[in-house]
Amino acid sequence: MSGLLIVGSLVLLALIAPTLSRHHVLLDPVEQSARGLDQDGMPLAPSKQFLFGTDNLGRDVLSRVIHGARISLSVGIAAMATATIIGVTVGVLAGYYGRPLDTLLMRFTEITMTIPALLLAIAFAGLMDGKQVHPHPSWLPWHFLDVTLRPGLGSIFLIIGFVSWTGIVRVVRGQVLALRERDFIQASKALGSSDARVMLRHILPNVLPTIIVLAAMSTAGTILLEAGLSYLGIGVPPPAPSWGSLIADGQPYFIAAPHIVIVPGIAIILTVVGFNLLGQGLQDVLDPFQKPVKK
Amino acid sequence: MNVTLTRLSSRLLWSVLVLLGTSVITFFVAHAVPADPARTMAGAKADAETIRRIRHEMHFDEPRVQQYGRYLWGLAHGDLGKSYVTNQRVTDAILTRLPATLALSTMAVVFWMLLAVPVGVLTAKFRDSKFDRTVLVLGTIGLSLPAFWLGRMLQYALAYRAGYFPVAGFRGWRHLLLPALTLVILFAGYYARLIHSSMVEVLSSDYVRMARAKGLSEIAVLFRHGLRNALIPVITVLGMDVAGLLGGVIFTENVFALPGIGTLALQSVFNLDVPIIMGTVLFSAAMVVAANLGVDFLYHWVDPRVKRD
Repeated sequence: MSGLLIVGSLVLLALIAPTLSRHHVLLDPVEQSARGLDQDGMPLAPSKQFLFGTDNLGRDVLSRVIHGARISLSVGIAAMATATIIGVTVGVLAGYYGRPLDTLLMRFTEITMTIPALLLAIAFAGLMDGKQVHPHPSWLPWHFLDVTLRPGLGSIFLIIGFVSWTGIVRVVRGQVLALRERDFIQASKALGSSDARVMLRHILPNVLPTIIVLAAMSTAGTILLEAGLSYLGIGVPPPAPSWGSLIADGQPYFIAAPHIVIVPGIAIILTVVGFNLLGQGLQDVLDPFQKPVKK
Repeated sequence: MNVTLTRLSSRLLWSVLVLLGTSVITFFVAHAVPADPARTMAGAKADAETIRRIRHEMHFDEPRVQQYGRYLWGLAHGDLGKSYVTNQRVTDAILTRLPATLALSTMAVVFWMLLAVPVGVLTAKFRDSKFDRTVLVLGTIGLSLPAFWLGRMLQYALAYRAGYFPVAGFRGWRHLLLPALTLVILFAGYYARLIHSSMVEVLSSDYVRMARAKGLSEIAVLFRHGLRNALIPVITVLGMDVAGLLGGVIFTENVFALPGIGTLALQSVFNLDVPIIMGTVLFSAAMVVAANLGVDFLYHWVDPRVKRD
């Protein structure tokens, strides 16, 4: 379970980052000091004082990457949760009710799948510019429903969640289709359980192992997507240190100070590898796809 | 044969419906962007009268649904409108950008399949060997690399430092090598893994045992009987992956400054150039749908069992 180890230590590091900074184990991620630049005002290479060097404003790269983990991990995990909730809901409903709802939902999923997720996410991100949305009919005074669209943590994980749920639907639906015919589901229905009860009490627990594996694997995808969006400058707004924006900010200094770009990149890779390994490990343990392959 | 024909024609009809759905979603998302294109087109110093005239000429003052109807009508006649920024026809903009993207994607897919097929077959043959496990680890890492970061690193190390490749731009096939290599590193491991698991399943089947019992050479067993059957599910995934490949292509083109569809799409989103956004999204959606359709046809050709279902 090396995946668990990697993910666990990253999460721990992200959680204690502010404490570390406060106790001066880590430097301040936003403090811009003249000590962090050389005489020509260029970033410093890795040294004893700055383990991974400094960036173009003299900020400690190590500290920014560790603090960046807080943003990249929370956006990634929240986006995964959003995607999983949408994916599982659509998948369970489609699989359980069968036609015609199944056809409708799966066709909608297929349409969403044809739109490249990255483009859709960028287009959504373009919507976030402070406009107010009134999701209630204009004759109802339900102003508590008003949402202001603005770039930030909240909107970015919702956007990523909204474009990455399609992969989950297919697998969940397939499992539910198979489960629906099983005796214990039929028995529960015969005893007069409502559809909601059957789905929540009998179907969902049986799909749970699959969902957990899919969730771990899709977190790898959402973290990559967040990094990509931040790299393009439409992710979490500055000065928050997200890994993608750290790379984008470091690019102009790449030739002189490649460490600014290399370090956050390695952080991304480590995290994504961690979640992929975690997914693979969980798959072996939970064996949700029940492959008859034996060694 | 008749059944096949009906099935395929219903698939074709469905593909058109999917694209219609895509156009609805994209149209309303793209038009929800709260920018005023008339003001942008008129320029900073335009008076209210000019802006109003442009708004009227471009039909921005009509209801959304009517605008969509107008768009669809144009689409049916092969007219995707004109860019708000350059006034270039969208179809021309896409067609001039197509060669770079098409050449890059084709080169990348060919290279990574050339790498993934032998590796996948060999890892299936020597399961749980050191080689197998190394490939698994490398594949997982490849899948976990951010395309834009990997591109930059390769560009720095192999083009800027070592000078083996051109750094950026597009003036011939040599400029595509490094971007293609980026995509190969990202995807080859994943496909090697797909071929691996598909092969493992096929190799334990009766017909492979039969082929071995007949005394066929191992090469013939692996490639003629094994690989041919193992490739079928892989082709499906490849067809579905076109959308994902496009995501990688967007970043790769961005890093290597290739004048392809990806850079066009990115620019259009940042310029809020709605006709180009619509055009590029619809175009890529059409590519995805066409790929899926192609896979369907290929199925019938490769696997006679499909016809019976």
